[in-house]
Amino acid sequence: MLELKNICFKRDNKQILDHISFTIDDNKLIVITGPNGGGKSTLAKIIMGIEKPDSGEIILNGENITNLSITDRAKNGIGFAFQQPVKFKGITVYDLISLSLGKKIKFSEACNYLSAVGLCPRDYMNREVNASLSGGELKRIELATVVARKSSLTIFDEPEAGIDLWSFSSLIDVFTNMKKEISGSIVIISHQERILNIADKIILISNGKIKESGSKEEILPRLLNNTKSCKFLKEDNNG
Amino acid sequence: MDRKLNHLEKFMLKKISDIDDFPSGAFNIRENGKGIRRNTTKNINIVSKEDKQGIDIFIKENTKNEMVHIPVILTESGFTDIVYNDFYIGKNADVTIVAGCGIHNDSCETSEHDGIHRFFLEEGAKVKYIEKHYGDGEGTGKRILNPQTIIELKDGSSLEMETVQIKGVDNAIRQTSGKLGNETNLVITEKIMTHGAQFARTEFDVVLDGKNASTHVISRAVAKDASKQEFVSKIEGNTECYGHVECDAIIMDHATVKAIPEILANNIDARLIHEATIGKIAGEQMTKLMTLGLSDKEAESEIINGFLK
Ligand SMILES: Nc1ncnc2c1ncn2[C@@H]1O[C@H](COP(=O)(O)OP(=O)(O)OP(=O)(O)O)[C@@H](O)[C@H]1O
Ligand SMILES: [Mg+2]
Repeated sequence: MLELKNICFKRDNKQILDHISFTIDDNKLIVITGPNGGGKSTLAKIIMGIEKPDSGEIILNGENITNLSITDRAKNGIGFAFQQPVKFKGITVYDLISLSLGKKIKFSEACNYLSAVGLCPRDYMNREVNASLSGGELKRIELATVVARKSSLTIFDEPEAGIDLWSFSSLIDVFTNMKKEISGSIVIISHQERILNIADKIILISNGKIKESGSKEEILPRLLNNTKSCKFLKEDNNG
Repeated sequence: MDRKLNHLEKFMLKKISDIDDFPSGAFNIRENGKGIRRNTTKNINIVSKEDKQGIDIFIKENTKNEMVHIPVILTESGFTDIVYNDFYIGKNADVTIVAGCGIHNDSCETSEHDGIHRFFLEEGAKVKYIEKHYGDGEGTGKRILNPQTIIELKDGSSLEMETVQIKGVDNAIRQTSGKLGNETNLVITEKIMTHGAQFARTEFDVVLDGKNASTHVISRAVAKDASKQEFVSKIEGNTECYGHVECDAIIMDHATVKAIPEILANNIDARLIHEATIGKIAGEQMTKLMTLGLSDKEAESEIINGFLK
């Protein structure tokens, strides 16, 4: 269980996160949504330890982790898939999956992680994770490295970005399968109705504040009906 | 000359040429200024020079898929070894040449090896040339390596050179020059890492004389501690040709890296590019690996190892 208590983060005189508090229960899939620049990625980075909050506390399974390093949080079971995947020079897809698992693994084992995100292992395993990969390919590799860790709390920052619509249902499968397998929690930052649809709980963040929060049944219809407040939602039906 | 290799010799050979005993095919192994064993084949002849230290390697026309190993090891200190090796590659031959020098210096005296390698490729010949430099030993004596490579490509020939110097070499001036004829291609990949108070200077000088001659020089360098590196590259295009130099360096601690590009186009159809990037390890790369559970030291070493792979 992860608890955020009064997280505040201010930069350049702008209150990016303003007293954010909520709880992520075990075995739940939470979707965080809201307009661009609302503070979602910043919040995710604060949970992972990439940014430090100005005030507030982060409690993981009863332990205060507010001052722990990124590495220690990763070791304590937090995983994070970047909105913009990081590129390397010389590090291959296989290397990255091995690093993510913390051990050298069999080629065939690594293959499973790539197939799960819709990449043909043969074509990608020995490629460098560099700018020669397309945006969608990098995004899928990013997902594969994070899924491989089987962290008890994994945050995905806009995993759908750059993934073609044809692959969307397999992307959804990645999350539902993961939830079954790890019996942990998954947090997805997303603008996609189809991802909101698999949420147990939806949190709407705008201007650094939680505007709404509740079950999918409660929140989703309101988001979809209120055209004004949900311009940020990408609906893939004609509505 | 029939003797077995000892542990240290085998270790050094493995480091510089990936063999741990006498290889098959043509080879010449030199240790502390003397040849210790040589083998020739039907297509590849190796002859000692009469007027100075070194060997001539003759590779017959149309020789295919053969390898030549010419490693040099220095295990005695206080020794300066200067060697001239010339390679004559016949028409349409396609061979791999593995050279390299390993210095093991346990004393406080300097050990130095200067290898001057010249390659003459006839029409249509194709060579892959691999060169590794390595130094170790507990002594305070300096390990100095100054390799010189001179390449002449006749029409339609090509050479791909991989040169590696990872740690252990205190002082190095590494000069490579090429003169390219029509429809030729020269690819040079350099990997270099310095630490401590080491100094390494690389100089590339390629002249593109022939129509459709092309060259690609890729240098990846890591400078740690208080080490210093210099990268100088000169490409001259005298006809319709293509030249591309990429110098990519990571600096750490108090190291310095200087890149000096010079590209000279003497013809309107010469296309020459020089790219140089110098900087510290990208912070986001560190962050990503730490989110996978690596410590900052582990992340740093993975990034460097990948970069120099
Ligand atoms: N270190 C920083 N310094 C200054 N401004 C920052 C910093 N980090 C984030 N911001 C600003 O904070 C706001 C929130 O950014 P954030 O990336 O968290 O938004 P987001 O909700 O993820 O948006 P999107 O949907 O576009 O991904 C933006 O206005 C951004 O420019
Ligand atoms: Mg974002």
